[in-house]
Amino acid sequence: MTKLWHTAGPVLSILLVLALLWYGAAIALNAAWAKDKASRIDKTLSFSELVADTMSQEKPLLPAPHQVVKEIYETTVLKKITSKRSLVWHSWITLSATLLGFAFGTVLGVLLAVGIVYSRAMDMSVMPWVITSQTIPILAVAPMIIVVLNAVGVSGLLPKAFISMYLSFFPVVVGMVKGLRAPDQMQLDQMRTWSAPKATSFWKLRLPSSMPYLFASLKIGIAASLVGAIVGELPTGAVAGLGARLLAGSYYGQTIQIWSALICAAVLAASLVALIGMIERITLRRMGMVQ
Amino acid sequence: MNETVISAKNLSLTFQTNDGPVHALKDINLDINKGDFVSFIGPSGCGKTTFLRCMADLEAPTGGSITVNGMSAAEARMKRAYGYVFQAAGLYPWRTIGGNIRLPLEIMGYDKAEQAKRVANVLELVELAGFEKKFPWQLSGGMQQRASIARALAFDADILLMDEPFGALDEIVRDHLNEQLLKLWARTEKTIGFVTHSIPEAVFLSTRIVVMSPRPGRIADVIESTLPRDRTLDIRESQEFIDIAHRVREGLRAGHAYD
Ligand SMILES: Nc1ncnc2c1ncn2[C@@H]1O[C@H](COP(=O)(O)OP(=O)(O)O)[C@@H](O)[C@H]1O
Ligand SMILES: [Mg+2]
Repeated sequence: MTKLWHTAGPVLSILLVLALLWYGAAIALNAAWAKDKASRIDKTLSFSELVADTMSQEKPLLPAPHQVVKEIYETTVLKKITSKRSLVWHSWITLSATLLGFAFGTVLGVLLAVGIVYSRAMDMSVMPWVITSQTIPILAVAPMIIVVLNAVGVSGLLPKAFISMYLSFFPVVVGMVKGLRAPDQMQLDQMRTWSAPKATSFWKLRLPSSMPYLFASLKIGIAASLVGAIVGELPTGAVAGLGARLLAGSYYGQTIQIWSALICAAVLAASLVALIGMIERITLRRMGMVQ
Repeated sequence: MNETVISAKNLSLTFQTNDGPVHALKDINLDINKGDFVSFIGPSGCGKTTFLRCMADLEAPTGGSITVNGMSAAEARMKRAYGYVFQAAGLYPWRTIGGNIRLPLEIMGYDKAEQAKRVANVLELVELAGFEKKFPWQLSGGMQQRASIARALAFDADILLMDEPFGALDEIVRDHLNEQLLKLWARTEKTIGFVTHSIPEAVFLSTRIVVMSPRPGRIADVIESTLPRDRTLDIRESQEFIDIAHRVREGLRAGHAYD
């Protein structure tokens, strides 16, 4: 019990501080509009009236935490998940593109890494392009990908997954190249003394050695995938997904909706990363690589 | 009994480095007979490791020739003629001790039952029975090195090449492992090539001691040991032992090894 408190205590304290700061900022930012409204009907607000107003505006500059919580509650628990107004439904749309793109990106990243490690020509030629691909802002690339794919009749899930892949293959390539090269010269020589075929040293030495690196990359990759899927929903004015909620929210100044979509995306990202962290712990423990 | 297992003729190896050529080995001539325990001793940089790596086909000579079991070193490696023990145990952290020893057996295609039998066998040989299911991090450095020797013994190679296998261990553990190694050599009748930079270790273990000198790496002296094959640590107090050690020291001095 005390042990739980030792970890939960600091976390809760930080949350409390953040909530207080958020409320403070909400009051400060929304006060102008509250005063503006009051002055138009020739009213001066007392401090408590002012605070009350800043907490309950319909389109506040910065919604108060409880407004966001209420919105999230109403759009998750109180809506059928098949409803177009359910945040769960929108999250699932984004999540499915995220997971598909992440799977593509992981496969592509691992394949490229294997090529780079085993072929000097690929090492020299592919890596610069991999790095270049990431220097182009995704916001510039995303609309082109979506539009081009739409033109050839591919729409919906795939274009978004494609952008997710574009963002998530990079950490996987970088991590896996490092991981597959982790065995030292002695370990490789040792394989040679057993005259092990190349495939054997890949499966029995390089691949297991790369696992810690792979998982570190996957954690970055899945978060990048989520960003990719959301960005992929922006340029077409998509009607579904967290990106669509953000976009619609900003069209109509629905700040509460924007914030709830943002928080939802953050929670989703954190859960995905935590899930991979869990798989990592289980795998590495099974392998005997962590005590 | 005097069958030659490893034979080097005018063996030379020059590394081309950015600072110019390094003559790691120059005109080495040596025959190693079946069942011999041959130690290579000399200051660091005199080419001991390089010589051993040439026998193992981990390094390609730039001059002369080397044969192992009557074939080229490359063919011998393909035929898995030797087990090689590196300075570091190099056990895979994701495999148990048993799993590590099984690794070369898996690679060489032994069937499951045979693998299990051999693992149990060599674990007993290096006195690690009961540690099969432990992971490397659960073992001390000396035990890990014993496991790596067991791994090199698990398959049917009649040559064992060891590059300073006990170099990183303290003297007490080292003495114990040296004794164990001699017993193991007697039981398995392998031919052993052993690199060390410790004079007592070389004298205690070997039937022949090859003294090497640096720049370029050459053989300064080859000393045939007069000690009986069956020996215990006490032999180190004997006059014979001291005399051989003295000759090794002389050889090292003559080779300008102390410069
Ligand atoms: N791969 C290599 N490239 C260049 N020089 C090397 C290489 N390996 C060894 N050498 C050089 O060859 C010489 C002999 O090295 P080595 O056989 O490791 O000596 P020892 O094992 O006796 O200490 C040293 O001068 C070393 O620097
Ligand atoms: Mg050496």
